[in-house]
Amino acid sequence: MVEILGVPAPALFGQLLLGLINGAFYAMLSLGLAVIFGLLNIINFTHGAQYMMGAFTAWMLLNWFGIGYWWSLLLAPLFVGLTGIAIERLLLKRLAGLDHLYGLLLTFGLALVIQGLYRNEFGSTGLPYAIPAELRGGQNLGFMFLPNYRAWVVVVSLAVCLATWLVIEKTRLGSYLRAATENPTLVQAMGIDVPKMVTLTYGFGVALAAFAGVLAAPIYQVSPLMGADLIIVVFAVVVIGGMGSILGSIVTGFGLGVIEGLTKVFWPQASATVIFVIMAIVLLLRPAGLFGRAS
Amino acid sequence: MAARSEPAPIAVAVPSDVLRHQKLGIVLLAALLLVAPFVFYPVFVMKVLCFALFACAFNLLIGYVGLLSFGHAAFFGTASYAAGHAAKVWGLPFELAVPFATLCSAGLGLVFGWLAIRRQGIYFAMITLALAQMLYFFYLQAPFTGGEDGIQAIPRGKLFGILDLSNDLVIYWVVAAIFMGGFLLIYRTIHSPFGQVLKAIRENEARAISLGYDTDRYKLVAFTLSAALSGLAGGTKAIVFQLASLTDVHWTMSGEVVLMALVGGLGTVFGPVLGAAVIVSLQNYLAGLGHWVTIVQGLIFVACVLAFRRGIVGELAHLLKKPL
Repeated sequence: MVEILGVPAPALFGQLLLGLINGAFYAMLSLGLAVIFGLLNIINFTHGAQYMMGAFTAWMLLNWFGIGYWWSLLLAPLFVGLTGIAIERLLLKRLAGLDHLYGLLLTFGLALVIQGLYRNEFGSTGLPYAIPAELRGGQNLGFMFLPNYRAWVVVVSLAVCLATWLVIEKTRLGSYLRAATENPTLVQAMGIDVPKMVTLTYGFGVALAAFAGVLAAPIYQVSPLMGADLIIVVFAVVVIGGMGSILGSIVTGFGLGVIEGLTKVFWPQASATVIFVIMAIVLLLRPAGLFGRAS
Repeated sequence: MAARSEPAPIAVAVPSDVLRHQKLGIVLLAALLLVAPFVFYPVFVMKVLCFALFACAFNLLIGYVGLLSFGHAAFFGTASYAAGHAAKVWGLPFELAVPFATLCSAGLGLVFGWLAIRRQGIYFAMITLALAQMLYFFYLQAPFTGGEDGIQAIPRGKLFGILDLSNDLVIYWVVAAIFMGGFLLIYRTIHSPFGQVLKAIRENEARAISLGYDTDRYKLVAFTLSAALSGLAGGTKAIVFQLASLTDVHWTMSGEVVLMALVGGLGTVFGPVLGAAVIVSLQNYLAGLGHWVTIVQGLIFVACVLAFRRGIVGELAHLLKKPL
C-alpha cells in the first residue's frame, strides 16, 4: 500500500475528501452569513437551525409525502427561504437602527425555539436519509475509492458558491446589492426598493443554508442539533476570512475544511479545535481577517 | 461599535443622592439574603446566588463596557472543573479550592480577553463564542474532566477545618457571603474612576482614545475581572452542588447568562440578580417538560429583544427615573 508521510494513501485522501465536504458546508454557510450581514447588519445565529430545517424538510418530504431527493433539493430551500422571509418581515425588520448585538440575541433566541421544537417532535437521535439511487456507488481512482455522492456534494456546492459570487459581482442585481450594502439610503433614493431587497437577501441566505442542509442529509444523520455546533465553527470561519469578500468566504471555507481533514489524519485529537486555534492565530497576525477590510 | 443608546439608564456622572437608591437596594438585598434560607429551600437559593454572581460578572462587560461576550461559560466551567479537581483529587479545602478556581478563570480571561479585544462589536461576540467552544472540545477530551460524566461527588469538606459545609444552612451563609462580596466588588468597580472610564468606552470608544485613555488596557482589565468573578461563581457552584460537568462549559450556558442579564436589565446594578432568580425558577418549574425549557428561553429572548430591551429592573428604573 502506498504511504504518504507514514499514512496510508487511501486514508489520507479519504480524510481530504471529507475535509473538502466539510469545507463545502463551511463555505455555503459563511457565504450566506456574509451576504446577510452585509445588507442587514445582523449576524444570523439562526443559520445553523435553518441548515437543520433544510435537512429535516428533505426527510419529511421523503418519509411523509414520498417526495425524493431531487425535488427536495429545490423544495426544501424554497420552503425554508419562505420561513426566513416571514422571520425577516415579522421580527428582524423591527430591529432597524438598533445595535447589531440585538440581532444576534434575537436570532439566537429563534435558534433555541426552532431546535427545541424539532427536538420535541423528533427526539435527539439522528434519523437516516438514504443516498439517492442515481448517486450510489463510487469510482475507484486507483489511489482511493471516491463515493459518487461525496463527489457530487463537492462539485455542486462549489458550483452554487461560484454562481452566487457571479451574481453578486457581475450582474446588475448584484451591483444593486453591493451598493445597498455600502449605502442603503442613497440606493433607495435612486428608486430601488431596498426593504424588499433586504427581505429577499435574507430569504436567499437562509435558502442557501437549507440547500446545504439537504446536501448534508445523506452524509450526516438528520438531527435537531446538527446545525448547532456547526454554526459556531462557521462563526470562526467568518472571523478568519473576514466578511468583506464573497470569494474570500468561499476560499476560507474550503481551505479550513481541508486543514481540518488533514488534522484528522495526523493529529486526530486536535481536529475539533484546529479551526479555533487558526482563528486565534489570525487574530494575532491580521485582526481584520484574511480577506477583511480594517474598520 | 455603534452607540448603545436605549438600554443605558445609568448616568455617567452619578451624584451621591442618586446613589442613595442603589444603597437602599443593597441593604434590601442583604436583608433578603438573611431571610431567604428560612423561606425557600436553601439549595435553590444557593443556585440562584451562584448564577446571580455569574450574571453580574457578565453584566459588568455588556452593561458597562458594551462588550457582548458569548463565551462566558468558558470561565464558569473552567472554575467549576478546577474547584472540583482541587477539592476531590488534591483534597484541598473550600477556602483554597475556590480561590484556585477563581485564579484559573482569571488567567484564562486574560488570554481570551487579549485575543478578543482585537475586534469590536459583533466580531467580539463571535470570537468569544468560538474560543469557548474550543475549550469545550478540549474539556470533552481532557482526562481530568471525566468526559460526559464530569467530576461527581465533589466533597464539600470543612471551611477552615471547623465549619461543616455538608450542612446546607452552613454552606448557605458562606455562599451568601461570597455572593455579597462579589456583588459589592462589582458595585464599587462601576462607581470608581476606573468604572467611569469603562462607561466612556461604552459610549464612545474613539473619544475615550482621543482623551488619552489606553482603552484596550481598560477593556482587558474589565474582561479579566469579569472572568475571575464568573470563575468565583462557577467554583462555588461546583462545590455546593458537588458536580462539575460539560453543561457548565457548553454554549447553552453562555446563552443562559446572557438571558439572565437581559431579562433583569443590561447595565443595571440589580437586574442580573433578579434575572438569575427568574430564569433559575423557570428552569426548576419547567424541569419535567423536556425541551420546553429551551423553547421558553428562546421565546423570552425574542420577546425581550423586541419589546422589553430595558429588562425588569431597567423598566423599573425608567419609571422611577432613578438608576437601579
